[in-house]
Amino acid sequence: MTVESTSRDTARSTTTQESTDRPSAGRTRGRTAEGKPTAGKSTSGKPGPTATKSATGKPPARKATAKKATAGKTAAKKSAAKKTSASKASPKKAAPRGTAARTAPAEGPEMVQLLTPEGERVEHPDYPLTISHEELRGLYRDMVLSRRFDAEATALQRQGELGLWPSMLGQEAAQIGSGRALRADDYVFPTYREHGVAWCRGVDPTQLLGMFRGVNHGGWDPNSNNFHLYTIVIGSQTLHAAGYAMGVAKDGGDAAVMAYFGDGASSQGDVAEAFTFAAVYQAPVVFFCQNNQWAISEPTERQTRVPLYQRAQGYGFPGLRVDGNDVLAVLAATRAAAEQTRSGQGPVLIEAFTYRMGAHTTSDDPTRYRRQEELESWEARDPILRLRRHLDREGAADEAFHSALEAESDTLARRVRESIRTMPDPEPMAMFDHIYADGHTLVDEERAEFAGYLASFADHEGN
Amino acid sequence: MTVEKMAFSKAINSALRASLESDPKTLVMGEDVGKLGGVFRITDGLQKDFGEERVIDTPLAESGIVGSAIGLALRGYRPVVEIQFDGFVFPAYDQIVTQLAKMHARALGKVKLPVVIRIPYGGGIGAVEHHSESPEALFTHVAGLKVVTPSTPSDGYWMLRQAIECDDPVIFLEPKGRYWEKGEVDAEGIPDGLHSARVARAGTDLTVAAYGPTVRTALQAAKAAEEEGRSLEVVDLRSLSPIDFDTVQRSVERTGRLVVTHEAPVFQGVGAEVAARITERCFYHLEAPVLRVGGFHAPYPPARLEEEYLPGLDRLLDGVDRALAY
Repeated sequence: MTVESTSRDTARSTTTQESTDRPSAGRTRGRTAEGKPTAGKSTSGKPGPTATKSATGKPPARKATAKKATAGKTAAKKSAAKKTSASKASPKKAAPRGTAARTAPAEGPEMVQLLTPEGERVEHPDYPLTISHEELRGLYRDMVLSRRFDAEATALQRQGELGLWPSMLGQEAAQIGSGRALRADDYVFPTYREHGVAWCRGVDPTQLLGMFRGVNHGGWDPNSNNFHLYTIVIGSQTLHAAGYAMGVAKDGGDAAVMAYFGDGASSQGDVAEAFTFAAVYQAPVVFFCQNNQWAISEPTERQTRVPLYQRAQGYGFPGLRVDGNDVLAVLAATRAAAEQTRSGQGPVLIEAFTYRMGAHTTSDDPTRYRRQEELESWEARDPILRLRRHLDREGAADEAFHSALEAESDTLARRVRESIRTMPDPEPMAMFDHIYADGHTLVDEERAEFAGYLASFADHEGN
Repeated sequence: MTVEKMAFSKAINSALRASLESDPKTLVMGEDVGKLGGVFRITDGLQKDFGEERVIDTPLAESGIVGSAIGLALRGYRPVVEIQFDGFVFPAYDQIVTQLAKMHARALGKVKLPVVIRIPYGGGIGAVEHHSESPEALFTHVAGLKVVTPSTPSDGYWMLRQAIECDDPVIFLEPKGRYWEKGEVDAEGIPDGLHSARVARAGTDLTVAAYGPTVRTALQAAKAAEEEGRSLEVVDLRSLSPIDFDTVQRSVERTGRLVVTHEAPVFQGVGAEVAARITERCFYHLEAPVLRVGGFHAPYPPARLEEEYLPGLDRLLDGVDRALAY
């Protein structure tokens, strides 16, 4: 007992001595906070290290591409054929590696399209769609607002408010079309780029920013909107979707489960295993692959030798390719796939053929691996511009609608800016929260130790 | 009669059966767990009684098994996953470490992941490569996971039931070399806590901390030492994350000496953590440095060498002698 008390006393006195000996500057919280290389640390207004790295990268926050897209209009107009029109719209010379797959998206008879890049409505025998003007305006609004949110987030990264941002620019039709095809009781497993889908699910866009500011790793309640947390590791969430869907089937439910992933993820073993599991258990999953042509710097042909939608065949379920820049085609195809999977016929794979018009993330520099011409050819196929042309053709939206939408867009951007600037950093002790649901003695011990350590500053500063 | 003598394997089977009976959300899934009853027959008869919807033969894809179990847990199920052998868990390691362990924290507590991953582990069965490993330290290092390992049929039964009831992911390591050993199981008794260590034998001269397959070895060592007039206390850690250091500390404060033994390599193994913590906690009580007796920093050897590799009775007693010689 004597020995024990001695050792305790020794320990205590050592601590006291330490805090006395160290320079007080080194014992204040301020120093720690300043020096901490946290992504998205905003107090100084300086970008975090990630942002600094990317500053060389460009391209700056992109606005809606309407202006640029008109440049491609002429080329696009020349193609009269309906389903194949888009293929001719993209000049071959645009391809940096001579890949037909990427620059001629509509080539091949199989791509579902209901709107040409010129905004002309075409029919597809398997995907009839009756849609009101009001619904068209709704889709347009969703796309415009989600693009505005996305652009605002990119700008906030440039201003140092976010450590990183993965832009969805160019993928609005794929995301809004699929997101709006779902029922409230369907369940979505996103990657980290599904900002448009989140919008459709009713997730407050400001909630998506926390992880990119570095204040949490997601943190929203997946069950409040049936929208799971963003998954950063590529393809992992497809297995969670397959398992969730197995559960839906066990429950006798008729919800559809959406597994979002990308062309890069299609190479992951987990995606292959998710296909297998969903197929053999006939689980109600719609695998929704946004083939945006680029996995950071690697083109789709570095991932696959066959069109991605054809992969489904080998697993024994249907796959189809849809024009991912055509919100109506995506809506119709996803609705049909969701209905099919709900009825117990097993999974469906949709490959939404689209284009990542921005960088992979704000840390990326796409000028190092792809040509400006390619980007321009896709800007001519801009999903928002396309629906705008259709609205104009149909006379489905008047000026009042557009100016009201612009005002709404500005309001959203303002709200996003304000919310990020008032988003608090978590308290240090928060890192010990929610590690275990049922507790863990080591966590308790370390929490208490660290709290004591933090408290020692207060003691010292009080002296 | 509530107390029944049964083999370790039967105790695990009984726990699965009891959990399947008591909670309709409990699922058993893995390779060959259905008709075959698993390669060790641990799930024998369960599919027959609970059906293919609850006792699920899965494709041969470990990442898929764990990944889909995560999805099922998110849907409200409590999957108990069987990984066929220790060395086959690694295709699932990413899903376990990156997703299963972290998802509760990622959601700030808004989702729970009550998934149990049963892994037969350890050597001594004369198997081919990848069938005899002890990967526990690769899981104990990961926050968000709990890691437990029973050493007796009674613990096998109760700890599995508790693990299934736990709302956290639990890596449940079953010493496969002990599957056929028998012991008493009181299915109506009051079990120890899932994460508490147990003094398996009281002694005064030295503490041996063991777990899983090495508990029996430690008890044998204690018996052998007794013949030489030395009194060993054996502590069965039972839980490797968290570890009940209090129980070990209390023991070492009395004996003044500690030897930790496990089949896994000693380098950066569980024994290293026990040694560090106990040295911190019992510095003035220790008469000797904490010693470790376990596997080497070598791939698990071919079966004809495993007796040399494994910390058997002689090597453990040698460690005990060295600790007592200080």
